[in-house]
Amino acid sequence: MAFEALDFYRIDDELSEDARIVRDTVREFVDKEFLPLVVEHVRRDGSFPMELVPKMAELGLFGSNLHGYGCAGLDNVAYGLIQQELERGDSGLRSFSSVQSGLCMYPIYTYGTDKQKDRWLPGMAAGEVIGCFGLTEPDFGSDPGGMLSRAEKRGNAWILNGTKRWITNGTVSDIAIVWAQTDDGIQGFIVEKDFAGFEARDMKGKFSLRASITSELFMSDVEVPEENRLPGVKGLKGPLGCLNQARYGIAWGAIGAAQACFDEALQYSKERMIMKRPLASLQIPQQKLVKMATEITKAQLLCLRLAKLKDEGNLRHPMVSMAKMNNVDMALNVARDARDMLGANGIVDDYCSMRHMVNLETVRTYEGTHDIHTLILGRDLTGLDAFGG
Amino acid sequence: MKILVCLKQVPHKDARLEASGGWIDEGGIKFEINQYDTYALEEALRIKDAGEAEVVVATIGPDRTSQALRTALGMGADRAIQIWDDSLSGADSLTIAKLLAAAAKDESFDLVLMGLMSDDANNSLTGPMLAELLGLPHTTGAMKIELSDGKAQVERELEGGSLQVVDLPLPCLITVQTGLNEVRYASLKGIMQAKKKPLDKKGISDLGLDAAAVASKVTVDKLYVPTKGEGAEILEGSAGEVAQQLVGKIKELGLL
Ligand SMILES: Cc1cc2nc3c(=O)[nH]c(=O)nc-3n(C[C@H](O)[C@H](O)[C@H](O)COP(=O)(O)OP(=O)(O)OC[C@H]3O[C@@H](n4cnc5c(N)ncnc54)[C@H](O)[C@@H]3O)c2cc1C
Repeated sequence: MAFEALDFYRIDDELSEDARIVRDTVREFVDKEFLPLVVEHVRRDGSFPMELVPKMAELGLFGSNLHGYGCAGLDNVAYGLIQQELERGDSGLRSFSSVQSGLCMYPIYTYGTDKQKDRWLPGMAAGEVIGCFGLTEPDFGSDPGGMLSRAEKRGNAWILNGTKRWITNGTVSDIAIVWAQTDDGIQGFIVEKDFAGFEARDMKGKFSLRASITSELFMSDVEVPEENRLPGVKGLKGPLGCLNQARYGIAWGAIGAAQACFDEALQYSKERMIMKRPLASLQIPQQKLVKMATEITKAQLLCLRLAKLKDEGNLRHPMVSMAKMNNVDMALNVARDARDMLGANGIVDDYCSMRHMVNLETVRTYEGTHDIHTLILGRDLTGLDAFGG
Repeated sequence: MKILVCLKQVPHKDARLEASGGWIDEGGIKFEINQYDTYALEEALRIKDAGEAEVVVATIGPDRTSQALRTALGMGADRAIQIWDDSLSGADSLTIAKLLAAAAKDESFDLVLMGLMSDDANNSLTGPMLAELLGLPHTTGAMKIELSDGKAQVERELEGGSLQVVDLPLPCLITVQTGLNEVRYASLKGIMQAKKKPLDKKGISDLGLDAAAVASKVTVDKLYVPTKGEGAEILEGSAGEVAQQLVGKIKELGLL
């Protein structure tokens, strides 16, 4: 049976007409174009339906909240709803769009020169140039400030050395936004895939986010021209600014994953007969459904308010941390309960809850782990830093 | 070339509906553009893409239907007309056709396209009625439309899978089948641009009509879902017992 999104508090009434049209359009795209393909890609470890990229671009999914350069210039409610709908499909689909939009187009748009913007953004909006974001390293994830990748200035170029790991879309990217130490603090570089000394390799064996490509980037004496350095920012606030964009999208995306699981559990439990009565007529399953619906509704309200704050320019980054931390945790719990209610059927790929559940383990870890957001909020509330570094 | 596409907003195909009086309870359900009409719109937009054309979309419906019109504008239509008056709730096909005819009569459209029928009411009447009121030649259930030298060549599917090819001079009205083309998505940029395209809201009197002229003649008595299981008898027991009972029943009813 077809998906019906939970909207218990009539959030729809709070949305503008164009936000609703955007949401419905993306929902239909996910239903018709993506969902028929997802299981095949999940079965193949780490692959994405690349044939959808031109269609995603035609729809305008890449950089949809940026202005100019062929981008749609949506407000943050509509942008959030897009992430919600994409992640209702699969976290891998939302990741593809998040990385391209929030982690690659956004830094060029925000920290880049006009020449860099003109050179890269139109092609990225059109899906002709794919980007990846290289921050994490084998030994530095939550603490990226310790990164070992380094760029040395030599004449009018930079010599880049280092390894980046867990990089979404690394092997299918035309450019990588690579963050590296310099004498002047951490800086961002646009590394083009055919630069000598640059190599991307796929990582295999993931249980989670299987409909997404995850790679390792190796840089050995890669010569990057000065014109490929992002001059607008120095220090960790560069990559963190990008992550803030993507985390905002994840807070919405998690709602989509949770809605998919809730709807599956609701429909299944109404049809599944246990002792001649529907599973949904029993108290314990009902309690699970009620908990799911309540938590999804709370998460929706959190995001709607967050979007308004972002549009008004009143957003502080710990507010995004709260929504990312809460909503992903919420979605993971919803997915686990939904999987549980489906019994044995819940462990096969005819049903989506377990796929979302294992995906959400990645979502809980990347873009700042659940615990790191807790520490960010703890520091914000108390003024005391508990990171221990 | 000036093309009118008439479209209707209907309950979403996946909406879980409850009957209420002569219609359904519309509270809290989602709506979408009637599937058949999306193909008509796509066909109009293809004609526009291939040459010069102005595509106007029109609907009759309350405030919520502006979302359908804005979606059509986001897909590439140029302007929209929304006609409504609360007295039109539950209007019959002839009333709808009269209102559309009044909106279209001074516009001199070269082509009027619309769906063969609506997914919710299944009447298939509005198109032919509108054509008659406008004095236009028309055909229904198009599977393929080709325009050349002031005429439209239309392929129609008949019962049993045979195809009929008909020629109509322009201006004309054509209702279309689903599957005639592949319908595009509104692009996000298109949706943003649609906010700036004209959407005219008109009441009955704006069209030079009065309430009596558009009063519906058909009223719906009731809408209901037939109760399941009436007349069915469930046989219980082992396979052998059930088979024996079944043979008994067949004999009893004289079916063999
Ligand atoms: C599928 C996938 C895709 C990814 N895509 C990208 C990408 O495109 N680009 C990119 O740059 N990165 C990407 N990442 C990497 C991701 O951002 C990191 O995995 C994440 O930042 C966590 O780092 P880590 O794995 O090194 O874990 P660690 O930092 O080693 O954390 C391990 C545990 O320790 C806890 N912890 C860490 N620090 C502290 C502390 N100070 N106090 C208390 N507890 C602490 C964490 O919360 C966690 O529970 C991806 C990861 C995955 C799984």
